[in-house]
Amino acid sequence: MTLSPTLPQGGGRILETLSAWVLGFLWILPLLYAFWTAFHPPEFSTRLALDAPLTLENFRRAWDAAPFARYFLNSFMLVTMVLAAQLVLCTLAAYAFARYEFPGKDLAFLLVLVQLMIMPDVLIVENYRTMARLGILDSIPAIGLPYMASAFGIFLLRQTFKTIPRELDEAARVEGANSLQVLWKVYVPLGRPAYLAFGLVSVSYHWNNFLWPLIVTNSVTSRPVTVGLQVFSSGDQGIDWSVITAATLMTSAPLLLGFLLFQRQFVQSFMRAGIR
Amino acid sequence: MSRQAIHGWLLLLPAAALLALFTHWPVLGTIWDSFHATSKAGRAAPFVGLENYRVMVADEVFWKSLTNNLWYCLGTIPISIALAIVMALWVNSAMRGRTLLRMAFFTPTVLPMIAVANIWLFFFTPQYGLLEQVTGAMGIASRNWLGSPDTALACVTIVAIWKEAGFFMIFYLAALQSIPPSLAEAAALEGASRAYYFRRVVFPLLMPTTLFVLVNAVINSFRLVDHIIVMTKGGPNNATSLLLFHVYTVGFSFWDTGYAAALTVVLLAILATIAVVQFGFLEKRVHYQ
Repeated sequence: MTLSPTLPQGGGRILETLSAWVLGFLWILPLLYAFWTAFHPPEFSTRLALDAPLTLENFRRAWDAAPFARYFLNSFMLVTMVLAAQLVLCTLAAYAFARYEFPGKDLAFLLVLVQLMIMPDVLIVENYRTMARLGILDSIPAIGLPYMASAFGIFLLRQTFKTIPRELDEAARVEGANSLQVLWKVYVPLGRPAYLAFGLVSVSYHWNNFLWPLIVTNSVTSRPVTVGLQVFSSGDQGIDWSVITAATLMTSAPLLLGFLLFQRQFVQSFMRAGIR
Repeated sequence: MSRQAIHGWLLLLPAAALLALFTHWPVLGTIWDSFHATSKAGRAAPFVGLENYRVMVADEVFWKSLTNNLWYCLGTIPISIALAIVMALWVNSAMRGRTLLRMAFFTPTVLPMIAVANIWLFFFTPQYGLLEQVTGAMGIASRNWLGSPDTALACVTIVAIWKEAGFFMIFYLAALQSIPPSLAEAAALEGASRAYYFRRVVFPLLMPTTLFVLVNAVINSFRLVDHIIVMTKGGPNNATSLLLFHVYTVGFSFWDTGYAAALTVVLLAILATIAVVQFGFLEKRVHYQ
């Protein structure tokens, strides 16, 4: 539309589109470079030649050099365990905050919000001691436990539940449903977009999480892929960039593929998660 | 207590117990431990008063990490926010290829920081890295970008900007899409220039988003040190040591938990300050709408 002051016309418009494309290219450049290195033989890793042969050899070598299959399994178990626990705990807590009156509710909510600011990421020293006392160091539950009660999830779901008309709630009760049945039959189905948003954000957060898993794990049977990648690339592979970038892309692949396939849902979920 | 109250608390209980165990208790524990020496094999840690804090004041690496963190904030936050706004305006406009652009800007956000740090490490590698090849082709003398104290912090700052700008873009995009198109039409009818429309209409409407993004950006710059561990390990000569990285080194390389707790207290104090500021500005809009 010619009236809209959102884009200039003529030369200005071309110039601006061009700058946008240059920035977009710069943004994706490190990734393109990684793809180039990972899919070509090492002698081409720093030399851009059009006739360079494509190869999967780097991926094979990376896969053989470290127990990546196990790391993937660990990450998968971690992400699933955390998400399952979060969904249950946050749903129950959000329901309480949205639809119940009880003494201390406001204070309790404030105490939940504390975690939005002070995330488990910065409490590594104390949480490590707690895990040691519980005797579960170097296990997958130890990585996930501090994150299972997510303030963010409670907050997001509470906001969603509050928008659901009480009439639906009451109608279900008239038909004889108890509180938990109402939650399951009315609130959870109507909260689906919020669950999707929270799920995507949670899965990408915990697949990517590094510092806490690095501290709390110590063996192949509990390390997630991020820590596995670090152990692998800082080990004796030291300078073989072709193999390291291949391993790097491998560990990012599930999220990258998921993102490319469900771009819309990803973007909308992150948007939704932000407007709170 | 009424039935409703009991049910409410029962629903809340599992989450509350975990939050107490892994957020509230550790916060109090951190403060408690910061007044105690590191416990030795089975014996209780002796009370040392402010000793850990005295050590901190004399600890050059602490001060270096703190100033680094401030520079890191100052470098990361304004640039990534400005870029995020520009990106969002572009992606939200009728520009050719905006879907691809959105993807290009947002992709770094979904990738693990540790993975992208590896890619950037390669990018900055002396002689072989892409950066050196470009600067070499332009005749600029070779240098070790990550290995020199003058440039290392700038390098990790760039990585953080690259990782975060696309993330913040999403929030601005959401905000831009909620601005009624009638405002743009009215501005156009009044003959307002694009710059004027942005400055007087769009930017003020983006203000709540900017505050939200700002708070997140500050928290992230104190929370995320994955790339430091991969790219520089705090070096060279502590040039890229950030506060949380220092906590990590003291706590898990030197195993000095008493001092690490004192350092964490500083971190908590900073985060608490941000929380207070946020509540001052945003309480109504963000939390109790």
